Amino acid sequence: VCVCGGALRVYAPRASFPLAKLWGSSLFPCQRQLPCCPTSHRPTSSQPHPIWPTAMPVRGYRRSPDLHSYNLTPPQVNSILKANEYSFKVPEFDGKNVSSVMGFDSNQLPANAPIEDRRSAATCLQTRGMLLGVFDGHAGCACAQALSERLFYYVAMSLMPHETLCELEAAVEAGRPLSPILQWHKHPNDYFTREAQTMYFNSLRTYWQELIDLSSPGESLGPREALLSAFKRLDSDLSLEAQVGDANSFLHYWVLRVAFSGATACVAHIDGSDLYVANTGDGRAVLGVQEEDGSFSAHTLSNDHNAQNENEVARIQGEHPPSEKKTVVRQDRLLGLLMPFRAFGDVKFKWSIDLQRGVLESGPDQLHDNEHTKFIPPNYHTPPYLTAEPEITHHRLRPQDRFLVLGTDGLWETLHRQEVVRIVGEYLTGVHQRQPLTVGGYHVTLGQMQGLLAERKARASLAFQDQNAATHLIRHAVGNNEFGAVDHETLSKMLSLPEELARMYRDDITIIITQFNPHVVGHQRQGGES
Amino acid sequence: MHCSCVWSSRALSPALLPRLLSHAGCWAPGTKPRGIWSSPRRLASAVETTQPIPLPSQARVVICGGGIVGTSVAYHLAKLGWTEIVLLEQGRLGAGTTRLCAGIVSVAKPISIECKMADYSNSLYEHLEEETGVKTGYVKTGSLCLAQNQDRFLSLKRLASRLNVMGIPCNVIKPKEVSKLHPLVNIHDLVGALHLPGDAVVSPPDVNHALATAAAGHGVQIHERTTVNHVMMEKGHVTAVETDRGAIECEYFVNCAGQWAYELGQASETKVSVPLHGCEHFYLLSKPLPEPLQPSTPVVMDMDGRIYVRAWQGGVLSGGFEKNPKPIFTEGRNQLEIQTMQEDWDHFEPMLSALLRRMPELEVCEIQQLVNCPESFTPDMRCLMGETPGVHGYFVLAGMNASGLAFAGGAGKYLAEWMTYGYPTANVWPLDIKRFGNLQSSRTFLRHRVMEVMPLLYNLKVPRWDFQTGRQLRTSPLYDRLDTQGARWMEKHGFERAKYFIPAGKDLLSLDASKTFYKPDWFDIVGAEVKCCKEAVCVIDMSSFTKFELTSTDDQALALLQHLCANDLDVPVGHIVHTGMLNERGGYENDCSVVRVKKNSFFIISPTDQQVHCWSWLKKHMPDDPQLHLEDVSWKYTALNLIGPRAMDVLGELSYVSMTPEHFPSLFCKEMSVGYANGIRVMSMTHTGEPGFMLYIPIEYALHVYNEVMSVGQKYGIRNAGYYALRSLRIEKFFAFWGQDLDPFTTPLECGREFRVKFDTDIDFLGRASLLHQRQEGVSRRFIMLVLEDHDTELDLWPWWGEPIYRNGELCGTTTSSAYSYTLERHVCLGFVSPPSLDGSPAAVTPDFINRGDYEVDIAGQRYPAKAKLYPFSSLFAQQRRRKDEMELSNFQGK
Repeated sequence: VCVCGGALRVYAPRASFPLAKLWGSSLFPCQRQLPCCPTSHRPTSSQPHPIWPTAMPVRGYRRSPDLHSYNLTPPQVNSILKANEYSFKVPEFDGKNVSSVMGFDSNQLPANAPIEDRRSAATCLQTRGMLLGVFDGHAGCACAQALSERLFYYVAMSLMPHETLCELEAAVEAGRPLSPILQWHKHPNDYFTREAQTMYFNSLRTYWQELIDLSSPGESLGPREALLSAFKRLDSDLSLEAQVGDANSFLHYWVLRVAFSGATACVAHIDGSDLYVANTGDGRAVLGVQEEDGSFSAHTLSNDHNAQNENEVARIQGEHPPSEKKTVVRQDRLLGLLMPFRAFGDVKFKWSIDLQRGVLESGPDQLHDNEHTKFIPPNYHTPPYLTAEPEITHHRLRPQDRFLVLGTDGLWETLHRQEVVRIVGEYLTGVHQRQPLTVGGYHVTLGQMQGLLAERKARASLAFQDQNAATHLIRHAVGNNEFGAVDHETLSKMLSLPEELARMYRDDITIIITQFNPHVVGHQRQGGES
Repeated sequence: MHCSCVWSSRALSPALLPRLLSHAGCWAPGTKPRGIWSSPRRLASAVETTQPIPLPSQARVVICGGGIVGTSVAYHLAKLGWTEIVLLEQGRLGAGTTRLCAGIVSVAKPISIECKMADYSNSLYEHLEEETGVKTGYVKTGSLCLAQNQDRFLSLKRLASRLNVMGIPCNVIKPKEVSKLHPLVNIHDLVGALHLPGDAVVSPPDVNHALATAAAGHGVQIHERTTVNHVMMEKGHVTAVETDRGAIECEYFVNCAGQWAYELGQASETKVSVPLHGCEHFYLLSKPLPEPLQPSTPVVMDMDGRIYVRAWQGGVLSGGFEKNPKPIFTEGRNQLEIQTMQEDWDHFEPMLSALLRRMPELEVCEIQQLVNCPESFTPDMRCLMGETPGVHGYFVLAGMNASGLAFAGGAGKYLAEWMTYGYPTANVWPLDIKRFGNLQSSRTFLRHRVMEVMPLLYNLKVPRWDFQTGRQLRTSPLYDRLDTQGARWMEKHGFERAKYFIPAGKDLLSLDASKTFYKPDWFDIVGAEVKCCKEAVCVIDMSSFTKFELTSTDDQALALLQHLCANDLDVPVGHIVHTGMLNERGGYENDCSVVRVKKNSFFIISPTDQQVHCWSWLKKHMPDDPQLHLEDVSWKYTALNLIGPRAMDVLGELSYVSMTPEHFPSLFCKEMSVGYANGIRVMSMTHTGEPGFMLYIPIEYALHVYNEVMSVGQKYGIRNAGYYALRSLRIEKFFAFWGQDLDPFTTPLECGREFRVKFDTDIDFLGRASLLHQRQEGVSRRFIMLVLEDHDTELDLWPWWGEPIYRNGELCGTTTSSAYSYTLERHVCLGFVSPPSLDGSPAAVTPDFINRGDYEVDIAGQRYPAKAKLYPFSSLFAQQRRRKDEMELSNFQGK
């Protein structure tokens, strides 16, 4: 049983325990530092945690010379929060059609060092639509990194009609330059793994050749099938590449790292009024809907694939013999280890024990030094236990659907989705749209009113600090005090945690907020009906 | 009772209504009692369904608007003996701003005429209950204007000086005394206060009702629920009013529609501009304090905190004028209903904080309500009064700038007098709607400007402030040229005029922060410009002046001008005549320069803000003759003033014509070439008494002529100068300007301008009889020049205008303008003085009164000795040959 959640409650009251997502002995350093992971023992005493006193954690830290940097100035806080922010505005007149997407704001805040979350955004150039995705890696960032580079190509290929695929193949065959497939919208920190590009391309080409073989002229997959096919195909390619290996030892090590680490993916495809969300794991897509009274409500477009989802538990239990019913999901984890119930990579939960041993033995030496890779999950009888197959949701956008928030679980475990939508909605519509205060029949004194107004004013001025809705949301996610208001002290503490401790208090947070154009959305809807 | 109705509607409540109806019935016997109040407020539906009595088919006056302003006009008209007055109200009486306004009647207003109106309103409301029997909630609470800093305290002391002149009691007091007068005020950050013991609070709807009752008693017919759709006109006269219940023929129409006055003006056949715009205005009502606040507690005006506070039903009523007002109704009335205005607490937060800082004990006090009461504001913070320029019989009284209650009584009285006698009994030019024209009627302009005006109500107003919004509307073609040369701008009637030119290399930031009651930091810059005007030559762009051309086929133009102007215009072609246009009383309606450019063609140059007023004055007196043609040519000409002894050299070089006084005597006009440009009207006159020329240049030549003048002028030391230099020059030479020194109540005799009156002819010009009479009787007030002595320019407060003048310790007048004379190295104030009346009738001014007396000018409570003069220092005038000036001067000095 893990006690960290309790121990940390003072600091991050709403956060469910962020550490416990990982299975046992991982690359993650926490095991040696904290007696809180599944394989370690529960502290014998019921007294506050020996290392992390519950009462006044601040004082505890202050004694440590490492932690003198608590008092960040507001500009310092801002520079940390804004380091990874990125905004993209869809040009208003692209000559073809006015887009239903006005643009998006994205940002990420690391807790792991290096960060294990990734994000991607791109416009499909051969087909219509825009792709946005957040990827939450675990046991390293390799798998999430591979997804951020590759998944959208797989989706784009799957969406292409037969003819386009043929043209593509013909161009490659003839050595002609390819017409671009995706236009990426990347932050400078979002990088591609240069060394692996040839291998990635070859796998992708094999995929489109198969797509050509399987389809006939005039045919293309619908977005639902395309997303499904792309997700499954990429995961199988990851697995295959790890099994085949590579002559280049760096690449060989790389593909193994990708396959042995894991990542969840939450991807949205938006084309006109059609919004498809493909989700694998515990990332989440939430739609911000503006009600007639101006307030915002949350409409969730994905299901979390974890132990809180009864359907998922039932699915996994159903896929394995009844004898494993008690072991396949233990302590809310897959095989007692993994929090997300669906993921890319993570071949330790997919391959047979023999295959795992075989691949590891032939693998590069670096792998053998790693305890984690050698470790076989307990009660591992009937693999695979894990799949990358996404759950796909279709939503037809309405004028009242104002924005879509894609976030990794680092966001959702600190803020309730309703709160997320409220914060973003109020930010995007501006302060003036805030619910006006009315006294009504209540007994309010002038002093109380003054206090209330001062607080509202402080909140409004925060919104002006941020030019990016995602940054604004992160500010709330990290800096909210017990009253639900951002306070600088909390922010300053949370952001000045040393690298090795940050992960104890929060998870990596990655957010993409896409804003819809209500005029276009309403218009297309009418056009579609007529 | 509906919750948004703040005021207990005692007077309008059903319980009292029958009494009112019976009263109305006996006072207006011709009408059915019930018809007076066609739909009494909130009565049972039985009454609602009663058919309202039909409107009369004709009336003399139709007043639109049943708020406090409209009822006040009706009341005063009736008092002056008018009959057949109909007052129309679209909803219920006093249902607009009147119903919601805060009910403070204070005389603390920025200009004297407003103080006068407020003072009159106060005494009117005080006696209204006695007169009508309707309770008005009048309590003489007095008020306290607080000063948090020395500058504010100075402005309050200046106000106190002005109020003293009017005989309105007021005391400058210390913070300690404030806490004696008001139990709640936190005085720790105050430097002083002004106590106005006469100020009062009332219940505005009740006053409204009392006025309506009194008016009805005098026979005014009041019809509620009647909407005026538009006003019908024929040949520039009001003929009828079209309502949703039929038309009423009438001679006069009065637009008192408050917030909707603009729209109503736009709705008439000939559009009438009523430049006003609404802003939301908030005030807070509290529940009673634990120890209820006495109704007699003084009103507090904490202008630095931007709030006012009065006692209200044991608690407080507190509102303010915030820095960031919310303009409203820009797109018209359909936007939002005045009854359903939203409270906005976030917007009110700064004022709530200011209130709690001023009265910390209120923290525990409970909120009753936040009231949103839209007020209408005008482009210059003063109300709109008078007959509209284009339409005879169409009067306006609106745009009260959140002082509707304080002004309504006095403004109603003045407007009634205006309609009765042709002009009010006081100079109301600062409020005259003719100071504005169509150019101020843009909705965008108004929206932007009122956002500046509303905070200005409580801003500290220092001498020579300028509006920052709604600028660069009218500019000279040289604007950009001058701007790049460091011009700093002021605005007059929408026109940008350079104040002064900042030399290259000067720190601009410190110069822009020149807002002070003391010596401003442009002092040396303007000094250098003045020096250049005196010793070399300067160019001043004076394009803003109003320019008319009056032409006729025969001598109709001359005949008209001979009738309107006091001076003789039957002069040879090419002569310039300075003349006043006088009213029947002999007072200045306009002061202008007229050039006879052809036998039957005259070029009339008037002050900038005369554009609408002078036009309507001329039009009003013009016979309906197609041969006589008046044109506004202000926009056609750029006017450059070349001022200084070397002006003739510059012009001579540019035109190859000798410009010496021998060849081009003073007060002459010639069309000639300047540089390549031909047809420039060159006039040997300046508006300051310095030698020099005015060039009236067709606008397409403006840049060329300016460039030529500047390049040729280089060797003569030419430079740009601005209006501040001009002001200093004209005031030190005792030149009166219309609008500042001259007004419709000042005659030429009172300002020593008898030489500009054609007494020697027998032409019967307008005002002649009054002037002859005055010449017989002697003038009872006289325009004088006061040179301050023992006044330290560096350390002492500077005079502005409106300062009291004392003679031998007795109040004898006020200043009208002032400037520092760089030549005399003294401050010069111009103003009017009058001897004390001994037997009640005005006493005549004698030379001894001026010459033998110890004069003092009171600046914010401190008196500075001054030397009074009836004539200017002749040494200030450059020695040059004059054709007429010499005669004028000798005349002047002989007086």
